[in-house]
Amino acid sequence: MFDEGEGEPRMPQPLTALIPRLREICGDDGVITDRTRRRTYESDGLTYHASTPGVVVLPTTTDQVAAVVRLCADAGVPFVPRGAGTGLSAGALPHSEGVLIVTSRMRRILEIDVANERAVVQPGVANLEVTRAAAPHGYYYAPDPSSQQVCSVGGNIAENSGGAHCLKYGFTVNHVLGLEIVTPQGEVVRLGGKAADAPGYDLLGAFVGSEGTLGIATEITVRLLRAPQKVRTLLAAFETMDAGGAAVSAIISAGVLPAAVEMMDALSIEAAEAAVACDYPPGAGAVLIVELDGPAADVDAQFERATRLCRESGAFEVRTADDAAERARIWKGRKSAFAAVGRISPAYIVQDGVVPRTALPDVLRRIAELSAASGIRVANVFHAGDGNLHPLVLFDDAEPGASERAAEVSGRILDLCIEHGGSITGEHGVGVDKACQMPEMFSPADLETMDLFRSAFDPAGIANPEKLLPTPRLCGERPGVRKGVHPLVAEGAAEQF
Amino acid sequence: MTDSDTAPGAGEGSRSFDDLLGDCVHCGFCLPTCPTYVLWGEEMDSPRGRIHLMGQMREDDVLSEAAAGHFDNCLGCLACVSSCPSGVAYDALIESTRATVEQEHRRPAGERLLRAAVFALFPYRRRLELMRGPLKAYQASGLNRLVRRTGVLERISPSLATMERIAPPLTGAVPALPEVVPARGRRRAVVGMLTGCVQGAFFPQVNTATARVLASEGCDVVIPREQGCCGALSAHTGRAAEAAGFARATAAAFADAGVDAVVVNSAGCGGTMKHYGRVLEEAGAAPEEVRRAEELSARVVDLSEYLVQLGPRAPRHPLPVRAAYHDACHLSHGQGVTSQPRELLRAIPELEVADLPNPEICCGSAGVYNLLRPQAAGDLGERKSEDVRSTGAELLVAGNPGCSLQIASAMDRAGEPISVAHTAQVLDASIRGLDPAVLLTR
Ligand SMILES: Cc1cc2nc3c(=O)[nH]c(=O)nc-3n(C[C@H](O)[C@H](O)[C@H](O)COP(=O)(O)OP(=O)(O)OC[C@H]3O[C@@H](n4cnc5c(N)ncnc54)[C@H](O)[C@@H]3O)c2cc1C
Ligand code: SF4
Ligand code: SF4
Repeated sequence: MFDEGEGEPRMPQPLTALIPRLREICGDDGVITDRTRRRTYESDGLTYHASTPGVVVLPTTTDQVAAVVRLCADAGVPFVPRGAGTGLSAGALPHSEGVLIVTSRMRRILEIDVANERAVVQPGVANLEVTRAAAPHGYYYAPDPSSQQVCSVGGNIAENSGGAHCLKYGFTVNHVLGLEIVTPQGEVVRLGGKAADAPGYDLLGAFVGSEGTLGIATEITVRLLRAPQKVRTLLAAFETMDAGGAAVSAIISAGVLPAAVEMMDALSIEAAEAAVACDYPPGAGAVLIVELDGPAADVDAQFERATRLCRESGAFEVRTADDAAERARIWKGRKSAFAAVGRISPAYIVQDGVVPRTALPDVLRRIAELSAASGIRVANVFHAGDGNLHPLVLFDDAEPGASERAAEVSGRILDLCIEHGGSITGEHGVGVDKACQMPEMFSPADLETMDLFRSAFDPAGIANPEKLLPTPRLCGERPGVRKGVHPLVAEGAAEQF
Repeated sequence: MTDSDTAPGAGEGSRSFDDLLGDCVHCGFCLPTCPTYVLWGEEMDSPRGRIHLMGQMREDDVLSEAAAGHFDNCLGCLACVSSCPSGVAYDALIESTRATVEQEHRRPAGERLLRAAVFALFPYRRRLELMRGPLKAYQASGLNRLVRRTGVLERISPSLATMERIAPPLTGAVPALPEVVPARGRRRAVVGMLTGCVQGAFFPQVNTATARVLASEGCDVVIPREQGCCGALSAHTGRAAEAAGFARATAAAFADAGVDAVVVNSAGCGGTMKHYGRVLEEAGAAPEEVRRAEELSARVVDLSEYLVQLGPRAPRHPLPVRAAYHDACHLSHGQGVTSQPRELLRAIPELEVADLPNPEICCGSAGVYNLLRPQAAGDLGERKSEDVRSTGAELLVAGNPGCSLQIASAMDRAGEPISVAHTAQVLDASIRGLDPAVLLTR
């Protein structure tokens, strides 16, 4: 029955019994049993966690998903949801004895309701497709992770993804109005709805960011926004990070709400120059990129203010962009920053942490001290507006002991984030990768409460097990620190926000 | 990262297969532009999945039946090369993989026969020309319409049905091009021209138009008689030795022609000729030979690329037509040529040029793919024809005749026939001041 190659390990026992039923549900071509094929699903975007799924199914409807999950529930077999597999925390890492439920064939846009400014989509629809469908009507879907052309809306829901513009527009959670989900017991349930703000507990809010542990989203109603009338961008150069930080605070406390505020330090500017010759003002100790969008009159007024505040905070040069080409020139250095760092260091670790914006100057100073004390350089590129740091810890992997010291610094930076009331992940989620660091941020009682909540949805513990919350099996020994930035980001080919 | 680092296939030089595989970081950015992923939504039929399968093949040192099937499903459209931010040389990877498949994989009998037939016929212009007679008689008899209506071929063999459908309408004999077409007016350059096997036999009018346009723009056009197939078809399907043979012959044909550039008007041919070094390396040629081939490659340009470089001289006459431009994969993804044809077309007075939605997705023609995988090719053709319809164009322009035929045939099936033309034919009509009706007769 299974077209497994000779000498290949057979499929795990309890699963083999499910196969005929899965085929009845999803059709022959919707069930993948052959090992070679299954293996192509072994990891998401974080490839050093890999595991061949027991079996893969490709449902096309909610009913199929529900039937598959019921089958799993009855047999006590674990299942893992997967969208486009671009996650960076191994959240979609398959279970070797479970069913991988992939939404890549659930990619219909069910409704674009312009009058009510919303769209209804299947979970496998790519983020950017929503905007493409809404664009002819003058609308767009705001959350814009840099993987937006490929990552699925279902995956965005599960990770509560954000993008460069989430400072003004918020993360995915602010743009989801309703969900149809299949619970881990196989029931189809609706959370939220077309009307805003349903009474009772905000289960919709709880589901967003649940990383596939509370069930599978099978239909999603999102908010559409009117495309901004005008977009303007400025680049300001400062002598010091402190001056740049002061400008950010001044802008935000003046009531200006930029769409994006990004900052780079001297080391990352140096790297970006080396890589793409972005031609930022020479001698800058920090550059700030501020983007404003909205009604033309507002944008113009706020833009003037932001420019003035930058100068008052000590900017020695301010450049402005009013069209797409000029904008691209300003963003060029920022977008290549991660890549660029590869040019000035043989190896590095990228961290993803968050601190309250007001703690930024202090945290940056502490990072500089850490760096000086350890002799390990740290480049800083971050979303200054919402305190999402992506420190790049540079080291030479050929030098004995360097990678350990870098890992130590990287870990200490996360500790700093926690000490300042921040978080161990900005947008990439916990998945398997950071599950074992959850106890550093939450007390045992906190974690127990989360586990209770999870169990209310999934008493049998079959929905994406061993993700998000630490387990003894997973965290018995402390897992290795991440070796480096995602290679794509390292090349500047993509950015992480 | 500089632009040249990400140019299609650039810089792979003599890096090993494993090295090239290592460039893929599994980000999935290539998925949405892959036609088979668009059709089937499964990892194994995506670029990222195929690269994973190649990795498995290296790791386990076996080529599984399953993997071979997914490699065969790949159209070789190279959309993944364009959309990959890491510069993965999928073009080099798949060519090399196809050669392995060709050597190690035994296909089912029916498919073996079909492939044998295709490769006995296609790369040989004279054999193709022999087919013209019977084809023309068949089309003239009206039998073709009957056959299409009844769907009888569809039932016997979808591949034969495809072959029947995409056979170009033939009229008249193949006009022979002289060995040199002299420049009109002051000479600006001396260029060589590739006539190609399929192009030469089935689309002689495209070659004539190309030669006329080049001459009008002030080029002496040298058309060496001894040239044959450039080897693209063979290279794209893993027939490495055969491809290298064609490459050597083509390089030899142009080596002493004394031309500044070799102008190619068929996307697939140009794409391959620009990588002759790799074609020869794949077949284990000596470094000296590889170097000579690379010298020729450096002079190969697509017609539109060349005309833009040269700058227009011949006056353009108005062509009041609503056209849509289709990016042939091996022009856009294979050679990075997207703006030049548009620039040339938009410079024609009164010619409206619409862009298609989803321009990066392959139409399903893909060399002989539509013969080898008729179902997938048909589905892609349908998608493309919907996009073409949405533009309201009356004329479809492309830089590759295979694409035009594929799309025209899909539009036909949908009951909304459209006229098709090569970029060269549109330019030719404008320069000569022809009535637009000549482009709109099908
Ligand atoms: C180069 C690169 C850049 C990136 N940039 C950003 C960025 O700027 N901002 C950002 O936030 N992220 C970014 N990411 C991370 C990633 O793209 C997001 O986390 C994205 O939301 C994942 O979507 P996906 O469809 O690929 O999900 P997957 O990776 O397939 O799955 C992610 C998680 O979601 C769960 N899941 C998937 N579908 C469903 C469903 N229908 N119901 C319930 N659970 C589900 C899975 O079980 C898993 O836990 C980037 C990734 C890459 C590779
Ligand atoms: S060449 Fe085309 S069909 Fe093949 S993997 Fe790349 S995008 Fe897909
Ligand atoms: S081929 Fe390129 S785009 Fe595709 S997964 Fe690999 S690195 Fe990403």
